[in-house]
Amino acid sequence: MYKKQKCVAMLLAGGQGSRLYALTEKTAKPAVPFGGKYRIIDFPLSNCVNSQIYTVGVLTQYQPLVLNEYIGNGQPWDLDKMQSGVMVLPPYQAKEGADWYKGTANAIYQNLNFINRYDPDYVLILSGDHIYKMDYSKMIDAHEKNGADCTIAVLEVSLEEASRFGIMNTDDNLKIVEFEEKPAHPKSTKASMGIYVFNRKVLEKYLIEDENDPDSVNDFGKNVIPKMLADGCSMYAYPFEGYWKDVGTVSSLWEANMDLLGENPKFPIKDLSWRIFSRNDPLPPHYISSTSEISNSFITEGCVIEGEVHNSILFSGVKVERGAVIRDSVVMSNVTVSKGAVVQYSIIDSGCSIGAGSIVGRSKDECSEVTVVGADNVIASGEDIPGGSMISAK
Amino acid sequence: MSSTTGIIFSNIHDKNIPELTKLRTIASVPFGCRYRFIDFALSNMVNSDIYNVNVITQHNYHSLMDHIGSGKDWDLARRSGGIKILPPNIMAYSGSTASGIINTRLEALKSTYHSLSRITDDYIVLSDCDVICNIDLNDILKYHISTGADMTFAVQNMEMTRERAQSNTIFFSDEEGKITDVLAYPRNFEGSGDICLNIIVANTGYLQQVVLDAIAHNYTSLNRDIIAKNIGHANYRVYKYDGFFGCVSSFEDYFALSMDLIKNPELRDELFNVKNRPVYTKVRNSVPTYYSTNSNVKDSLIADGCHIYGTVENCILFRGVKIGRGAVVKNSILMQDTIVDENASLNCVVADKNTVIRGGVTLSGAESAPYYIVKGKMI
Repeated sequence: MYKKQKCVAMLLAGGQGSRLYALTEKTAKPAVPFGGKYRIIDFPLSNCVNSQIYTVGVLTQYQPLVLNEYIGNGQPWDLDKMQSGVMVLPPYQAKEGADWYKGTANAIYQNLNFINRYDPDYVLILSGDHIYKMDYSKMIDAHEKNGADCTIAVLEVSLEEASRFGIMNTDDNLKIVEFEEKPAHPKSTKASMGIYVFNRKVLEKYLIEDENDPDSVNDFGKNVIPKMLADGCSMYAYPFEGYWKDVGTVSSLWEANMDLLGENPKFPIKDLSWRIFSRNDPLPPHYISSTSEISNSFITEGCVIEGEVHNSILFSGVKVERGAVIRDSVVMSNVTVSKGAVVQYSIIDSGCSIGAGSIVGRSKDECSEVTVVGADNVIASGEDIPGGSMISAK
Repeated sequence: MSSTTGIIFSNIHDKNIPELTKLRTIASVPFGCRYRFIDFALSNMVNSDIYNVNVITQHNYHSLMDHIGSGKDWDLARRSGGIKILPPNIMAYSGSTASGIINTRLEALKSTYHSLSRITDDYIVLSDCDVICNIDLNDILKYHISTGADMTFAVQNMEMTRERAQSNTIFFSDEEGKITDVLAYPRNFEGSGDICLNIIVANTGYLQQVVLDAIAHNYTSLNRDIIAKNIGHANYRVYKYDGFFGCVSSFEDYFALSMDLIKNPELRDELFNVKNRPVYTKVRNSVPTYYSTNSNVKDSLIADGCHIYGTVENCILFRGVKIGRGAVVKNSILMQDTIVDENASLNCVVADKNTVIRGGVTLSGAESAPYYIVKGKMI
């Protein structure tokens, strides 16, 4: 028995996130930690729940262990429901053979049976690599009102940035008349956010057609959306206003973390009406000693701070010893920064140990590249890690 | 493998800290930035694989029920077993509760005998909520089983003032740990003695028999009416625990223990950083704490969700506290969602939940007599 759902969300979480290098060697991009106590996937999952969408399929493929463990039964997001909830959907072997997910559209195609169990009117396609707060229910309302076959969320970007995105050219009623993937000379600044609402029947038809097309690479942006547009489907743009950031690169991940800081942050994560839920270890409050100095920073449970922390995000259980300095950095769980070490403009992945007196990274003025230290590395005492280094996870 | 049920008394000792228990049970008194007293008793049980837990309560229990919820934050939302809250059972037609007002552990057990009688596990662990410790209950159980005891009482030897002794139970035992005498709340005792941690292990059959007997004889005190009377022929043992335990017998105790938590890192380690024995609490999904450029924080324990723009020294800040620009807070405990506005100044203050201290206000208590602000008050 499955309860009929108005909308089923499908979260594409299989991507490797290769441009995050050391940070995604052992974890899928959606499981990359963010903002002191979250992971990237907390944002789309929390958005779903806050938008009253309680049926979410999470499509996993690349390095799924951490991600699977993190999602678990969905309890932190109230997605441990009896007739719906969150379901992890890895590629599988079928009678006709086995296939990896070949592209975004193929991943959904392979899971049409999951979607159809809930007999939904709409299917919401999300990706697990963006930081934002969005009420999907309003997008679905707009989709219904327009009587659309497909609605695509768009963000106003600057003209210079527009050539990095898929751009929607619309009429005055936001009806999409043309779609251009990364245009050299963009005609509009409405960039696709990779968030789609489809009528389920239409989606099913086009996915089957796409699957049977040998020339297709089975991608929504490259194949399905252009095909639908060419066939004259009713497609609308849904303008989104607010903070949205693709955290696909090391520098954008660093920037998005920094956007949480400040007295009037660019991304005000503390908004009790739209909470972001996450799974956290049971840890005691953090301790700030008499020798510490902290400014413009996020600090969370289990940390012990005896040194200096400036313009930084510290995850749980970080220890900063006396005389150590952390500046403009993101330091993930259970990292120890020993006496006199200096960490600047860096992302330190979880479990690292930064030896006494060592120097990791350079200031932002000295080096424009973020330094990344992969998980569980031990930086020896006195070692000097030059700015912009990328150290693989241990 | 033996099986064990836990019973927690949530109201016994409410009178210890009347300031903080006016609106709540002692079990739900906030402690240590993000915990409630009962979290220690519950975590001790869960960490010792006890997944059947009954919480007996009587009054002021809304905050307790809100805190526990389904029990899932302690892994106690379970198909079989899990947590069960036992409030007073008001009988139809009689117009009164089944048992009247409960003041003691024994009365609490009598009033819930219908539940007690159905326990089929071999052993029962009884725990009060005024004791803060991280203890492996399996060690007591092993000791209890090896000595063939009827009941085993966790104790710790300590030097007591007359005041301290007055609010505690003191056990005397022979070299083998067999109890020879018990003093409940003595008014004439001081010096060294084994103070009871209010954690007791009992054989289920024995405890059921004792409670039935107490119902028949209208006994009211476990220590006076059962233990003291049966010392000659029953096998009562003490289990000497030498780890940290904090006993809260007064508001001053509460303040002193909280301040100890800041000053003493070993104590924090012994309470919170024990391998395989984390302390669980209700998850609130607060964001990390934000320290502004102008913040100045020293020697403090701070929970998530705070916004700090001012000066904080030697303080315990619970979740969601806001310290305004220019505000100076020293030696204080500020509970959940307290707001200290700009340029306010606090010293030795305990602010209950949701209080607001307006800009420019100066408040000070003394270390031996901290100033208490009631829940929700605006000053």
